[in-house]
Amino acid sequence: MTSKFLLRNLMRGPLTEPAPAADDAALAELAARVNIAARARLGRTLSIREVDAGSCNGCELEIHALNNVLYDLERFGLRFVASPRHADVLLVTGPVTAHMREALERTYQATPDPKWVVAVGDCARNGGVFAGSAACVGGVGAVLPVDLHIPGCPPSPPALLRGLLALLQVA
Amino acid sequence: MNWIQTAERLQSGEISLLSLWGEPGVAHMAVIDNASHEIALLHLACEGGRYPSIGRLHPPAIRLERAVRDLAGLEAEGAPDTRPWLRHTGNYPFLPTEGESLHQIPVGPVHAGIIEPGHFRFTANGETVVRLEERLGYVHKGIDALMAGAPIERAARLAGRVSGDSTAAYALAFSSAVEAALGAQATPRARWLRALACELERLANHFGDIGAVCNDAAFSIMHASCGVLREHVLRAAHACFGHRLMMDCIVPGGMRADLAEDGAQRVRALVALARQRFPALVELYENTASLKDRTVSTGVLSPALARQFAAGGYVGRASGRHFDARRSPGYSPYDKLRFEVPVVQAGDVNARVWIRIQEVEQSLGLIEQILASLTPGPVRAALPAGAGEGTALVEGFRGDIFAWVRMGAGGNVERCHLRDPSWFQWPLLEAAIEGNIVADFPLCNKSFNCSYSGHDL
Repeated sequence: MTSKFLLRNLMRGPLTEPAPAADDAALAELAARVNIAARARLGRTLSIREVDAGSCNGCELEIHALNNVLYDLERFGLRFVASPRHADVLLVTGPVTAHMREALERTYQATPDPKWVVAVGDCARNGGVFAGSAACVGGVGAVLPVDLHIPGCPPSPPALLRGLLALLQVA
Repeated sequence: MNWIQTAERLQSGEISLLSLWGEPGVAHMAVIDNASHEIALLHLACEGGRYPSIGRLHPPAIRLERAVRDLAGLEAEGAPDTRPWLRHTGNYPFLPTEGESLHQIPVGPVHAGIIEPGHFRFTANGETVVRLEERLGYVHKGIDALMAGAPIERAARLAGRVSGDSTAAYALAFSSAVEAALGAQATPRARWLRALACELERLANHFGDIGAVCNDAAFSIMHASCGVLREHVLRAAHACFGHRLMMDCIVPGGMRADLAEDGAQRVRALVALARQRFPALVELYENTASLKDRTVSTGVLSPALARQFAAGGYVGRASGRHFDARRSPGYSPYDKLRFEVPVVQAGDVNARVWIRIQEVEQSLGLIEQILASLTPGPVRAALPAGAGEGTALVEGFRGDIFAWVRMGAGGNVERCHLRDPSWFQWPLLEAAIEGNIVADFPLCNKSFNCSYSGHDL
């Protein structure tokens, strides 16, 4: 049964779709921030640690979709890792709740230098629809230095890809 | 029916708890009769900020009462557990465990995968889990407080972001409660489109979950194949309603916009694709012994607990609880649609996967019927001015979502409470994992797939 599936998938060719171009706005934001020496050290492969710092889980669904065979994030040398200690990039979502602030800071501290922080979604920029809540800190930038914002509620997988590809292009 | 009598009837199992919430000075409770499916609301003025504990007689209320204290400052007199819940303050005393050779494994709040944050404290004897204790509240965003006094449009956006994976169901629950409060109704076409959106949402989540459960048993081909189906559902949703998750598409009064011109055609193509590909995946799941070995008899939830906690969705229906809010109490347009509510008794991971598989097939049938029934007409009705209180019970993919709204005379939301199905499923995960090995926790957890955000508010 399993072999039938594998065989059919081998014969059919990949379902993966062509890559989008890197996002211009993201390139501009990164050009102003990213340290060229760090860029050279990391090369063209980046390990990403995702941190939900209070999202509604919408962003997580679309970040997950990056791993499906249609977007296949790993073909670009980008992959998700289980520990911040293995990561070059922290991909952070949510308005940063007061209760997640410490965990986010500690995750950042556990990530070796050089490292980048990418804030994903409208909440991660400034709190989004939750801005002003006493239970939220209000954007990833309030806690960590952010290198790149990918806007959207949630950003679609192609929008996420365009932003992440910009990370690979700055140098 | 007064407060104390209600606690006794909950304890006896005649009625089930829908939710318990509060605001300064008043405690509220909603219950549903297990025979007639009638919903009753209770409001209790709390002198000195105190009310009699329901959790003392009916454990499913315990976490809700802890949350009421955190959010509204009301004390449940006689409550069995007075630790904070949604509000984190300093050191949290976990429940003690006693016995030989026990060790503890703390996990989270930041987990290894792309998932939401929460803390799990395992006490294990060797590989076997003796006790799991959850600590939640990490994604508490203060939604109750943001809702108080919010204009309807803003409140609807907040409701759609309580749990992003159920955004359509939440928007429907909130909108239906507002409509009930104001004595309004969505237009007939809007009701069909709302059902279409909610069934697409159910399909997308069930495809995702079926694949993800198999992935946690290291069977990635199911994950890859189901992931493609999920992606096609989201693309069809985008083509129909302009947003992949359908956020902000369902609004009080109806729909924000009509179905896109080629929407029906896109959905028909999606249904055809799913009908073509999904049966082979079900067969693969059923005939892979090494996979079934992981899911069968793992993480068993007893029917008695599912009934006591009124567990919604696939968690309840995989443990013999015959309840689906689309059927009873029911809401339009499901009264005009044919569908079955699959129920099994086994209560293991396999049963929760199997219910999802059956529900995929039901949803595909529902979507076909909805497309065939879709009548032309306006998609949004104007809301009348007024004030009042309204409730709704909507079947999201995860289970029944309860919404309560009190509209103020100025047209703003005075108070709103949204209860995620996870409130009654999270505690059951603690029970289901007991006696299983630590390595099976991801599998059990994914088979429940509770919402952290929906629970933490």
